Amino acid sequence: MALLEIENLHLAMRSFEGEAHVLNGIDLALEQGEIWGLVGETGCGKSLTGLSISRLVASPPARYTAGAIRFAGQDLLRADEAAMQRLRGRRIGMIFQDPTTNLNPVFRIGEQMIDVALHAAGTDPSILGLQADASRSARRKAARALAIHMLDRVGIARASERIDDYPHQFSGGMRQRVLIAMALIGRPDLLIADEPTTALDVSVQAQILRLLHDLVLADGLTVLMITHNLGVVAQLCTHVAVMYAGNIVESGTTRAVFKRPAHPYTRALIAAVPTARSVRGRLQGLAGSVPSLIDAPPGCRFASRCAAAQADCTAGTPPAREIGPGHRVACLHLAEAAP
Amino acid sequence: MLRFILRRLVLLVPVLVGLSLLVFAISHLLPGDPVALAAGPQATREEIAALAREFGTDRSLPVQYWSYASGLLRGEWGRSVLTRRPVWEDLRIYLPATLELVVAAMAMAVLLGIPAGLLSAIYVNRWPDYLSRLASLGAISMPRFFLGLLLQIGFAMELGWLPLDGRYPLIEEPPRFVTGFLTIDAMLALNGQALMLALLHLCLPAFAMSLSPLATITRMMRAATIEVLQQDYVLTERALGLPRRLILFKYVARNAMSSSLTVIGLYFGWLLGGSVLVETVFDWPGVGLYATKAIVTQDFMPVMGVTLAIGVVFVLVNLLIDILYGLLNPKVRLQ
Ligand SMILES: Nc1ncnc2c1ncn2[C@@H]1O[C@H](COP(=O)(O)OP(=O)(O)O)[C@@H](O)[C@H]1O
Ligand SMILES: [Mg+2]
Repeated sequence: MALLEIENLHLAMRSFEGEAHVLNGIDLALEQGEIWGLVGETGCGKSLTGLSISRLVASPPARYTAGAIRFAGQDLLRADEAAMQRLRGRRIGMIFQDPTTNLNPVFRIGEQMIDVALHAAGTDPSILGLQADASRSARRKAARALAIHMLDRVGIARASERIDDYPHQFSGGMRQRVLIAMALIGRPDLLIADEPTTALDVSVQAQILRLLHDLVLADGLTVLMITHNLGVVAQLCTHVAVMYAGNIVESGTTRAVFKRPAHPYTRALIAAVPTARSVRGRLQGLAGSVPSLIDAPPGCRFASRCAAAQADCTAGTPPAREIGPGHRVACLHLAEAAP
Repeated sequence: MLRFILRRLVLLVPVLVGLSLLVFAISHLLPGDPVALAAGPQATREEIAALAREFGTDRSLPVQYWSYASGLLRGEWGRSVLTRRPVWEDLRIYLPATLELVVAAMAMAVLLGIPAGLLSAIYVNRWPDYLSRLASLGAISMPRFFLGLLLQIGFAMELGWLPLDGRYPLIEEPPRFVTGFLTIDAMLALNGQALMLALLHLCLPAFAMSLSPLATITRMMRAATIEVLQQDYVLTERALGLPRRLILFKYVARNAMSSSLTVIGLYFGWLLGGSVLVETVFDWPGVGLYATKAIVTQDFMPVMGVTLAIGVVFVLVNLLIDILYGLLNPKVRLQ
């Protein structure tokens, strides 16, 4: 059984202009130990997919209209807040984009880490290595020791002193390390990383990616890595899912998808990876823009920008088909789209 | 932290010098020549000059300021015509009375306003929020003296739960004067009954005084909390599995409080300066009443003394607020 299974997830978001159908039937299954990259343009719904797994999307304005999210067999869309709270931090860890805004500025980092450790130990006392009936001060002491150990693991020098520093005393890269340490302190099974390096200096990005890679392999974590950087996916991920306007248009092993991209959008994305000669970030050969998700036209949402689009593309959402082992593509006209 | 406090204390010196200069200047800018006035209409030029020498007004202004300022440091604040006592001694009695009232009022405002604002923000646009917003609006619109009268009618005259006015029962012997704060003096005297009496007398006037800072603190705290709740780190804290209560009452509250602190400092000064309304209604023997009586009798030295004393207290309170701000907000402390 997959550790995480997202099935036909539909999410509508209410806004001033109307209700946007932001997630339009997401299908995704992560087996234990797999590292998935979730790629797509800004605004296609990557973050909302990640946040939905932890049930951190506020509703209202969000509304789940169909589908299921199963984590270790448990349906998270039907789980109550108390159950979700037990999973968060303990079984599902999250890292976000901007380390400068994701640490509470008025608390020492140790204070936050100790609270996270204590809470995680509330569901699993073995995290602190103590008996369930250990005294309060013993638990605090163990939590602090664990926090120092985690800081050490993520490469913070002199961790036993730095634990009493405030966030603004760390550089951006160091803060992201602290956040990684916090996310991993409860020994989660699944790590959701939402563009963890996008806000960092280029020189630091590689260090953080390497750190994540080492930690993930050492702990055997299952990972959903949200990014719009295909280079990150190529280096880090075993699998990749390509998202366009609320749909996963292609998914499979990184190898298969990068070697034989089948969906016209995936091809455009891969062609757009900046090389020495191309303009950075421009989608080559792609005219037009993402359609409005409010009253989105029926059918394939990529059709309006697709060179291979035909009349039937706008009739209904194309189902995903398996074109190789584990390689699934949601396009009706693969043969025509192929060069 | 110690360096931070020391630096703020050093900065205090120019502020206090400026304040004394201001009071000095006002006393010299007032129209009319006080020496000529004192000498009388029939005085000759020579007589006026002799009197000026006696008062020291013939010397240059800097010299005069110097003797005035050094007198302040020695506790020579002039003499009140009305009470026939040194201003300094009057202030020793009246200033603690007002301070005790203002501190009690601010304590009420903070202890009620911070949780009210927090709850209002947590339940934004639901009934606890509407209730607190309505109450704040009412509290801001209600004049203090009118509220004071209503409180007296309700709690003192109708219900008889609390004393009508005054600081202490006239027939009782108050605890020995040490600090001038009745509550503190009662504690120093280990006199529980006196402490109780002092607190009971504080209730109504302090509440009447606290209402408008209470309303403002509630609104500030509400706005600050709503803003903090949208910060990325709150989402991260939730994603890390921290319980909702812990996030709200520890992590969010601490952030939101630091922005409400500044208002507390400002309100403290505002209440000190405006204490006369409440002091009049509740017959509270504080500096407000003292200064008002001095103003209407053109008794000048007490007015200057009260102005200076309130200024010094205001500056000290804001220093305290700065220190608290530094405690709540590590960035300020380390800069
Ligand atoms: N709180 C919100 N209210 C309304 N619309 C939202 C909200 N959050 C996100 N959206 C919309 O949902 C879409 C997907 O957002 P998101 O998942 O953040 O995209 P990504 O992470 O891929 O850049 C966007 O079009 C965005 O405008
Ligand atoms: Mg995003």
